[in-house]
Amino acid sequence: MQIYLPIAEVSVNAFLLLGLGGIVGVLSGMFGVGGGFLMTPLLFFIGIPPAVAVATEANQIVASSFSGALAHLKRKTVDLKMGLILLIGGLLGAGLGLIIFNYLKSLGQVDLLVKLCYVAFLGIIGSLMFIESLRALLKKENGSTPKKIRKQRGFAQQLPFKMRFRTSGLYISIIPPIFVGIFVGVLSAIMGVGGGFIMVPAMIYILGMPTKVVVGTSLFQIIFVTGFTTLLHATTNYTVDVALAVLLLLGGVVGAQVGSQLGTRLRAEQLRILLALMVIAVCLKIALDLLIMPGELYSISKASLK
Amino acid sequence: MIRLILLFLISTSSAFAESVVIGMDKEKVAITATFDGSQILLFGAVKRDKPAPIGDLQVIVTVAGPSERISVHRKSKVLGIWMNTETVEVDAAPSFYAVATSSNFLSTISDTEDLRYKVSIPRAIRSVGAPMNVLDAVSFSEAVIRIRKEQGLYKLLENTVEIDEQTLFRTSIGMPADISEGDYTARILLTRNGNVIDEFSTVIDVRKVGLERLLFNMSRENPLAYGLMSLAIAIFAGWAASLLFRFFRTT
Repeated sequence: MQIYLPIAEVSVNAFLLLGLGGIVGVLSGMFGVGGGFLMTPLLFFIGIPPAVAVATEANQIVASSFSGALAHLKRKTVDLKMGLILLIGGLLGAGLGLIIFNYLKSLGQVDLLVKLCYVAFLGIIGSLMFIESLRALLKKENGSTPKKIRKQRGFAQQLPFKMRFRTSGLYISIIPPIFVGIFVGVLSAIMGVGGGFIMVPAMIYILGMPTKVVVGTSLFQIIFVTGFTTLLHATTNYTVDVALAVLLLLGGVVGAQVGSQLGTRLRAEQLRILLALMVIAVCLKIALDLLIMPGELYSISKASLK
Repeated sequence: MIRLILLFLISTSSAFAESVVIGMDKEKVAITATFDGSQILLFGAVKRDKPAPIGDLQVIVTVAGPSERISVHRKSKVLGIWMNTETVEVDAAPSFYAVATSSNFLSTISDTEDLRYKVSIPRAIRSVGAPMNVLDAVSFSEAVIRIRKEQGLYKLLENTVEIDEQTLFRTSIGMPADISEGDYTARILLTRNGNVIDEFSTVIDVRKVGLERLLFNMSRENPLAYGLMSLAIAIFAGWAASLLFRFFRTT
């Protein structure tokens, strides 16, 4: 069934959108990532204009992360205090990111820089996570129990403004979480992602949070950051397509619930290795598109208003 | 159901011995949520006071969407990466353009008349000047035509206008699903021996209607409310899904 999207001004198959939403939703619930890093490139691929894809995806992530976060709240695996600190940074970052996005758009280079961002972040994070979780998985299978590390990362200890995060069992400075938040907020606005794929590893490796609260906390703060991003795009670029968002999120919210159930049945290392593989796959796909000579060298965009 | 509206609009100029009278099966194209392209049937007749002069009568029908300024980018390899390096602005390119002719394009209209009436696809695009550093500006407008032809937005439909008895003609022009709204101009040119003897144009109103219209207007006129509504829908959907699943698990 074809459906005409009022803002994107293209006609797409409704079931295709529902299906995409569903698959990405499952991942969202399983890994605590919004799934935007997969969905946004997929939307480009099916012909949604990039500016609309980025803005609408932010809106869709609100729904899937809200659904996922509720499931985690029920299981008490959300560190609300840490979430709020991350959120403060996230909102600042989203505002900053939108300024950068609009500037790049005026230069006609937004596509390239978004793709380079994807390749760089997905590549680094994917391979780091993959190596780390593979090592952890091998250790467990060798029978040697990994040392219980209560040691917290060096520099987060030494900075001022320390705060106790009971749910995470941490006593660290609030400066690193604020910066992680800003960073992820910028990505949210530029790349049309929730930033979970950056946030989750950052929480584990930089902040030293336990894996079981990471997913819920990440989802919790993603709701607000992507919500804010949606409003910014809607009011400055008019690029949020609510019809597109509804179709994606119908599939997405159901998928997220299924995913969060699946997630509780897998071991943390397995979960991380799967996520790492997926991140690497998307990274390679985008990198190849930049390296291989495109079939059509020319592209058309609406002229910037002068 | 197709509404048949026959427009008996006779060309005001009476200098021509032959003039064209046309009708369309619709004056409006409504873009609804399930819009999947549209087919417009254009038909008409040649009106003349005296018997037809000697010569080859041909009919050209064009349908043009609203013109817009566009930027055309060309990629080239920089440090191993394909990126946009050159940009040429095209001052006016129709968002949709179809030309239907009753014979081969070249035998229906002469080149000078094409230049004057801007009928062929390359002439329908107006590009004033390329920046100095771009040497082959022509290839940019060629690219616009190539890309849009592939998307079904530009088309040259030769031999698709049927003419009966040198008097009645009809053709049908398809619009793809991905068109943008606006005032589309339908033009009928009557030619004999490659010279235009009469021209008539009318407007086809292509508009989003219903929910599409409502959402589009809201997003432009009241963006904050639109954004908040989008968020509310998202939050509600997330909450409803979570509730449903809890219900299924407990029962």
